[in-house]
Amino acid sequence: MRISSKWAYRLAPWLLTLLVIVVWEAVCRGFDVKPFLFPAPSAVVKTGWELFGPIMEHATHTFMTTLVGFAIAVVVGAVLGMVVGASPITYKALYPMLVGFNSVPKVAFVPVLVVWFGIGTIPAVITAFLISFFPVVVNVATGLATLEPELEDVLRSLGASRLDILFKVGLPRSLPFFFASLKVAITLAFVGSVISETVASNMGIGYLMMGASSSMNMPLVFAGLIVIGAMGVVMYELFALVERRMTRWANRGQHSGL
Amino acid sequence: MEFVEFENVSLRYAEDGPNAIENVSLSVKEGEFVSVVGPSGCGKSTLMKLISGLKPPSDGYVYVNGRQVGGPLGIVGMAFQAANLLPWRTTLENVMLPMEIVEPYRSTRKAKRAEYEQMARDQLARVGLAGCEDKFPWELSGGMQQRASICRALIHKPRLLMLDEPFGALDAFTREELWCMLRDLWQQQPFTVILVTHDLREAVFLADTVYVMSKRPGRILVRREIDLPRPRDLEVTYTDAFSAHVQVLRESIGRVRES
Ligand SMILES: Nc1ncnc2c1ncn2[C@@H]1O[C@H](COP(=O)(O)OP(=O)(O)OP(=O)(O)O)[C@@H](O)[C@H]1O
Ligand SMILES: [Mg+2]
Repeated sequence: MRISSKWAYRLAPWLLTLLVIVVWEAVCRGFDVKPFLFPAPSAVVKTGWELFGPIMEHATHTFMTTLVGFAIAVVVGAVLGMVVGASPITYKALYPMLVGFNSVPKVAFVPVLVVWFGIGTIPAVITAFLISFFPVVVNVATGLATLEPELEDVLRSLGASRLDILFKVGLPRSLPFFFASLKVAITLAFVGSVISETVASNMGIGYLMMGASSSMNMPLVFAGLIVIGAMGVVMYELFALVERRMTRWANRGQHSGL
Repeated sequence: MEFVEFENVSLRYAEDGPNAIENVSLSVKEGEFVSVVGPSGCGKSTLMKLISGLKPPSDGYVYVNGRQVGGPLGIVGMAFQAANLLPWRTTLENVMLPMEIVEPYRSTRKAKRAEYEQMARDQLARVGLAGCEDKFPWELSGGMQQRASICRALIHKPRLLMLDEPFGALDAFTREELWCMLRDLWQQQPFTVILVTHDLREAVFLADTVYVMSKRPGRILVRREIDLPRPRDLEVTYTDAFSAHVQVLRESIGRVRES
């Protein structure tokens, strides 16, 4: 790749973001849109700066909630994925139930969680977990179930046990699938925790936005949205980086050097 | 009973499908070097799967080392037709894989790590792969991958070595070099070898006995003992006796293809 195109590659996302902000600002000013309907970026930034302390406090809370839910999802998802992918029979047995469960909107679940655990952080953690474990399960199971029989035969011909095969080929083979699922799961976990916070919490970005919108403080609502989006992007990129580091062999020939 | 025994063995891949191999009986003595030749698709790889216990026979019996084969055994080393190296392991780690599975290496591999690693490095050097230890399989050429997979089949000193067209992707010079490597290894401490090949000169040069298989469903048509004196040098391939063996085999394969 030439130097100039490499830079273009790196700068492209930043330039596009900048462009969107500029257009957004121009539209709000040009058409004189009321800030309580659709605030300009400048208004959002101004509010964000004034309320920096409280926003950060709520954001930290949401972040921690999300991470805890995500961590549980990763552990449960990986274990469940191994069970599902381990044999055709468990795959057949568990898959319909998992798909059915995943089709239920998790918002509909929050009231149930509130009855069980009360208003607060626990429903948010659980919602984050519920919404984000599915991609992990599916990916780990797919990684195990699509293992090439030839690679399995290499181990089998040596007299390896099923456990050996799982540890020496099954799991290494499904690691790229696992890491690919993490970046999807982390963004979903944010969705889950914020949904729950808007409905049933007195802390977190979701709660902050709910309060702001009921008092028509649109700039603050947008500031909240942007903070969530930013956290999502940062975590996504972090896990994308981890993925590239851990599974170089699966990404060979692609833009793995970036 | 000999080291490897086939009694009227047939194998079908699908329950009610055609036989891939049919009514095969053969026996291989311990320490014997056997070659199997036959047209493509006749069931040579299938035969290997049966001996290594990867597939149970549909009919008949397979015995290895005096016992009916009920599943894979650690005494077998196998180089598959495709190299099948694990892409997340370096070449060295791939070669050392059997030592993580097969006893006595498995339980002593922590204590003797350096020694085993040296064995793997020596083996790689012997097939001309010195310097490639830390490369990943996808950084190797097809022939280099094949050579690495031969190392993997040999590393745990199996009593029964099975090679499925191991030299297919190699140039003539490298191929003859590896013939000699295999010959020397086998001469130093005899083990049993079953070698599938399309190359009749390869079969005659290396083997004590050559089996010719028919078109599918695969059957054993010809069994030919190669009585050329050992140790054999590459010069032997220019002798009349050698050519005569190759000629006879070529004719029988020709008949197979026409039938
Ligand atoms: N996994 C499989 N499932 C179904 N049929 C198979 C399978 N493997 C092989 N066969 C069939 O069995 C027959 C024998 O295949 P095999 O791979 O043993 O041939 P081969 O003699 O090794 O051929 P080649 O020299 O081309 O490697 C072929 O007709 C093939 O179609
Ligand atoms: Mg074959």
